[in-house]
Amino acid sequence: MRTRILLYLALAAGAVPTLLPFVWLVRSALMQDTQMFIAPPQWIPDPFQWSNFTEALTAQPFGRYFLNTVVIAVISVLGTVLTCSIAAFSFSRLRWRGRNVVFAVLLSSVMLPYAVTLIPTFVMWQELGALNTIAPLTVPSWFAGAGGGVLNVFLLRQFFLTIPFELDEAAYIDGASPWRVFWMVVMPLSKPAIVVVTIFTFIGTWNDFLGPLLYLNDEEKYTLSIGLASFQSIYITQWGYLMAASAAVIAPIIALFFFLQRYFIEGVTLTGIKN
Amino acid sequence: MAALSGQRRLERRWGLLMAVPAILGFVIFTAGPMVASLGLSLTDWQVGGTPSFIGTENYTALADDELFWKSLSATTYYTLGAVPLSLIVAFVVAMLLNQRVRGLPVWRTIFYLPTLVPAIANVVLWIWIFNPDFGLLNSLLRQGGLPAGMWIYDEDMAVPSLIIMSTWAFGNTMVIFLAGLQGVPQHLYEAVSVDGGGPWHRFRHVTVPMMTPTIFYNLVVGVIGTFQVFNQAYVMTEGGPNNATLFYVYYLFRKAFRESEMGYASALAWVLFMIIMVVTFLLFRNARRWVYYEMAGGR
Repeated sequence: MRTRILLYLALAAGAVPTLLPFVWLVRSALMQDTQMFIAPPQWIPDPFQWSNFTEALTAQPFGRYFLNTVVIAVISVLGTVLTCSIAAFSFSRLRWRGRNVVFAVLLSSVMLPYAVTLIPTFVMWQELGALNTIAPLTVPSWFAGAGGGVLNVFLLRQFFLTIPFELDEAAYIDGASPWRVFWMVVMPLSKPAIVVVTIFTFIGTWNDFLGPLLYLNDEEKYTLSIGLASFQSIYITQWGYLMAASAAVIAPIIALFFFLQRYFIEGVTLTGIKN
Repeated sequence: MAALSGQRRLERRWGLLMAVPAILGFVIFTAGPMVASLGLSLTDWQVGGTPSFIGTENYTALADDELFWKSLSATTYYTLGAVPLSLIVAFVVAMLLNQRVRGLPVWRTIFYLPTLVPAIANVVLWIWIFNPDFGLLNSLLRQGGLPAGMWIYDEDMAVPSLIIMSTWAFGNTMVIFLAGLQGVPQHLYEAVSVDGGGPWHRFRHVTVPMMTPTIFYNLVVGVIGTFQVFNQAYVMTEGGPNNATLFYVYYLFRKAFRESEMGYASALAWVLFMIIMVVTFLLFRNARRWVYYEMAGGR
């Protein structure tokens, strides 16, 4: 019983510093600027300055940024899930010569610092006239995530290896093609792994900063990250706005995670350790 | 027999076909740019002009570049602080969450929250936490009667401040530790208990050895990740004060996209690549001494 209490005390002690910055963010987002400077600090806004939100979100086209970010994230998730699982299927359930060597070479790109490929990739998109479009931010995901995305191939391959091979054999005897086995047998059984790849990719694109910073110039094409960063440099004196804008950027992803976290944690456990 | 070879042929054809997008992705977005970057690093190339071959001049210039050394030491300092700290914090919290806890989804979400915060929202938030006049940290310190600090505005405190900030988002490391903990076979704990071992023995002789592969994985991923820290330097400190947070990739970015010295920046990129390779190699070699694999050769 005493250890139980200690356990909860320890968890609570860890939760306080973890949550405090959020509390600080929310209280500042709801305060008048003058109120923020008071020492000792006030924790409860008085009055609640709800207008910070409406004004911050209309001062810059955050709705537009939100939409841009969603479009990039959805295209990237679709591409990553589809092409990574096709590759993972090939590397786990189809026998062909050189398979394991090719897979090992692909996997080695995970170790490569992104800085090494950054400049030539930028030059390549420039030569193709694709700067200031979403192509550089979305196309690589349709090539099995390219670069660091290979981890997804690895994750899915590990998962596919846990599905009984008898299922494939039975389907082949019935005259099914490998594509049909992939689409009708393996994919429907792999939902947990697909959910994990979806969440990882979604959060990754949602949070990406350097990519949009390099490739997007027009304000109307900005993503939330870039919008917020430029907002920070413009409204450096309007703290209430800034906090409100940050809170509004964070909220959707927290909501998403809260509802999906069960699949997320279970999926990582399933795909990471057990065979 | 004929049916079998037909099946083999089918698999070979489809296998190659289905690997094509991944292979193309590797060639176009990894191998190609990697070679190109090595080539560019041997040239003098200002954007708009044509690259001219200058051999290893960029690399020799690096040796005399004070900012290069500064950025390397700032980055190393950051890695040495941030990686061990977040490993320890993530491990402890993962151990707590691996107990039978009520309201597990809520606890998990709480500790994972900071990791979800978009990098830039995170940076913006912490700019105000570190604010010397009315930020959260100094407000709390003053209330406790402690001396306040200048945080990211002080040359000596800037990197430690960013280490604190990065430790806050330990969620990914924690999730991987959790996955590892759940894979530790229960019967090993029971064996220790039967021999009269308490919680400390269970931790020392089962949990830690069984977790060494996971610790090692997080260590390698952490080192590779922190060596490439960028956002904080770009949005928060712009490399300051007095270049104290001039992190390597930020310096590279400035050279390439602000001063448009693409050749020099490519040399910077390749040096980073080699550093990471050497460090990773050393970590792997050292790992043989302390990482315990239950089933060598397991998948």
